[in-house]
Amino acid sequence: MKVRIKFAKYGVMKYIGHLDIMRYFQKCMRKADVDIAYSTGFSPHQIMSFASPLGVGVESRGEYFDIELNSGNAEYVKERLNAVMVPGMEIISVVKLPDGVKNAMASIAAASYTVFPKDGYEHENQCTDKIEDFLLQESIVITKQTKKNEIEFDLKPHIFSFEFDKEAYRMLVDASSAGNIKPLAVIEEYGKFCGVDISLDHYQIVRNEIFTESEGKLMSLESLGEDF
Amino acid sequence: MSIKLALSDEILMKVEKPARYIGNEINSVVKDKDSVDIRFAMCFPDVYEIGMSHIGIQILYDMFNKYDDVWCERVYSPWVDLDKIMREQDIALFGLESQEPIKNFDFLGITLQYEMCYTNILQVLDLAKIPLMSKDRAEEDPIVIGGGPCSYNPEPIADFFDIFYIGEGETKYRELLDIYKEHKKNKTSRMDFLVEAAKLGGMYVPCLYETSYKQDGTIESFEPIRDDIPRSISKEVVIDMKSADYPVTPVVPFIKCTQDRAVLEIQRGCIRGCRFCQAGQLYRPVRERDVDDLKKKAMEILANTGHEEISLSSLSSSDYSKLEELTDYLIEECSKKYVNISLPSLRIDNYALDAFGKVQDVKKSSLTFAPEAGSQRMRNVINKGLTEEDILNGSKMAFERGWNKVKLYFMLGLPGETKEDIEGIGDLCDKIARVYFETVPKEKRTGGPVQITASTSFFIPKPFTAFQWAPMNTKEDFLEKAYITRTSIINQLNQKRIKYNWHEADVSVMEGVFARGDRRIAPVILEAYKRGCMYDAWNEYYHNDVWLQTFKDLGVDIDFYTTRSRELDEIFPWDFLSCGVSKEWLKKEWLRSKEAEVTPNCKLKCNGCGAAIYGTGICTGDGR
Ligand code: SF4
Repeated sequence: MKVRIKFAKYGVMKYIGHLDIMRYFQKCMRKADVDIAYSTGFSPHQIMSFASPLGVGVESRGEYFDIELNSGNAEYVKERLNAVMVPGMEIISVVKLPDGVKNAMASIAAASYTVFPKDGYEHENQCTDKIEDFLLQESIVITKQTKKNEIEFDLKPHIFSFEFDKEAYRMLVDASSAGNIKPLAVIEEYGKFCGVDISLDHYQIVRNEIFTESEGKLMSLESLGEDF
Repeated sequence: MSIKLALSDEILMKVEKPARYIGNEINSVVKDKDSVDIRFAMCFPDVYEIGMSHIGIQILYDMFNKYDDVWCERVYSPWVDLDKIMREQDIALFGLESQEPIKNFDFLGITLQYEMCYTNILQVLDLAKIPLMSKDRAEEDPIVIGGGPCSYNPEPIADFFDIFYIGEGETKYRELLDIYKEHKKNKTSRMDFLVEAAKLGGMYVPCLYETSYKQDGTIESFEPIRDDIPRSISKEVVIDMKSADYPVTPVVPFIKCTQDRAVLEIQRGCIRGCRFCQAGQLYRPVRERDVDDLKKKAMEILANTGHEEISLSSLSSSDYSKLEELTDYLIEECSKKYVNISLPSLRIDNYALDAFGKVQDVKKSSLTFAPEAGSQRMRNVINKGLTEEDILNGSKMAFERGWNKVKLYFMLGLPGETKEDIEGIGDLCDKIARVYFETVPKEKRTGGPVQITASTSFFIPKPFTAFQWAPMNTKEDFLEKAYITRTSIINQLNQKRIKYNWHEADVSVMEGVFARGDRRIAPVILEAYKRGCMYDAWNEYYHNDVWLQTFKDLGVDIDFYTTRSRELDEIFPWDFLSCGVSKEWLKKEWLRSKEAEVTPNCKLKCNGCGAAIYGTGICTGDGR
């Protein structure tokens, strides 16, 4: 059966890159004795696919990967995995995917983020009340550096919501393969809009959730699954 | 998070692989610092990925942390990018687990696995803000203790250490820690503690000994400066290897390391007695671990780490008497768990090829031989019991089973080596190629034609070997010999099928100096470090010009340590140490080597090397 696992990654673990997190989970599957399925062939590997790589330095409360499981139930898998997690890694939920649900990677539509100053820093942009005006603009054009050249790109249709609340920026932005935007790009543009040059590396990003689109609505990736 | 990182977020986001510095790995041990009496920092003076791959550290880490009163942490050389930042921002080197400065620890243990790490020892001390010279350390500084193979000639780095522990870590540390606790309780001086430590077996406290030199620069005498200190120090070994502990919860790194697998040490020591090999002498006598215990431990390690590969470790795995039983068991159990097995250092025979065929993709893997010398005469000189027939037969069997890649390792610069001996390398490679073409019919050469890779390294005479008397070749000799090797390969019929790799000669010369150096080398190492040398084991950071200039400026003659012929009765800097094997026996072996006389291995016959004084292992007939 296809199983979706949601996890959190925070604290010192934010310094571990995506490939190493994948290797980490492969080891954890064995250490936790989870009955994960392997591919066939001379060097079989675990059937496991991650939703979206998280950059080094970013924390998350809503990361996902899908696995093929031979046997076991949600509670067992969650408990066993949590028992072997290192500090800064946590399994939040384990659900079974009904037939026909696309894999985590292919179905991403949006992601929500919280962005706030790191320890020892403060908000550089004191005008937090201009967000409405910022969003009322006709377009929010940035120049993106691609491998070959620079292209103009309008952020606006890809910002689904953006606000400032409890000392942090909160946003829901496009995370689909076609229109994916970076949360810091929004912060940077908003700073410019307010006339402030923001030092982006003073900000901590936390990804809260990854969404897919289902019948015109955004749904968290875990909500497509069911308990088992 | 309860642990506060020693490095700021800004730094960690800037350096390459921040995972090197944050600890937190699976099975790393975090204790309450107020609940322990002794803080021990265990250091491998190279980058994290190298240091984490070393099984010796894992053994000691496990042992120390099983003691309730000790918290042992790991520390590695910060990579050059962080090194620079730490110096600029005045950040003190820290233990990975607690992230606290190691300057406040009780001990800093440094493992000495190769000579070219010597400047990294100074880097670690410097970044830790511990005075580089033992004599400059204050009461509250950690006790700096060295161990590992290079501690068998500790003299070139003696000035930097308070103690060297000669032998296997498992045996004497508990006693040392107990003496230390006593000393801490009674508030006796650092020197008092060192004197007490020096009376303990295997402990060498350099500041309690003095060397005098003859006119010609060789050693006149080496004596303790106090009557109550032993004149010679014998290595400590684990007597009962069968019940010796082995870590079943090794630390599992996040980032890919050199050794990204579970490692099972099956035996210690080697029966072979190759005359160039230091490890073969240092770890005598060979002692096997219990096969049933190994099976159990293998499964426990896999369960505790989640590793997807397990490797057997020993100097010569084929000599382990229960190898087949162990390998068959592992192949059976591991295939159920999708765990791979790697079987290094196996002699190529029917059994090994069968086992390889089960654990690896024959098409992708290569067959490895280490003849070490090109001619049979030379292989007799070095006592390498591998014949041309073994190699050709082994290759033939492998080719029949589908292998088509062969790797061969040789040394250049061996004592008494002639042009013919070197040219034997090309001949041997060609013979293997011919065996391939004779064995494998055209229609079966599917994986592409045979590929033979010959690699040569330069021979460096090491202490406690039969060749400790041997003059080392000059750099020019080495390069000339690499040229002869290359020519001998190019002249072969099948030269297109043979690839040749050779080592840098400069760094080999320097390694030769450190290997047989004495206390007069320490100032050179210190000065070279001050001039920026570090990570000398890394080609891209090795600055030969700086080293040569430093030797010149300090008036230390490199040739004295490398190319000079040594008299049979010369006192060597390491003579006050004993690894069990007697100097008399080594002398006999040195003389036999000149006659190209072969000495049988310990399994065939005891040759009375001296290691029998430990009364264990093969010397008592175990595993014979
Ligand atoms: S004493 Fe004999 S058996 Fe023991 S290590 Fe030496 S040669 Fe081998």
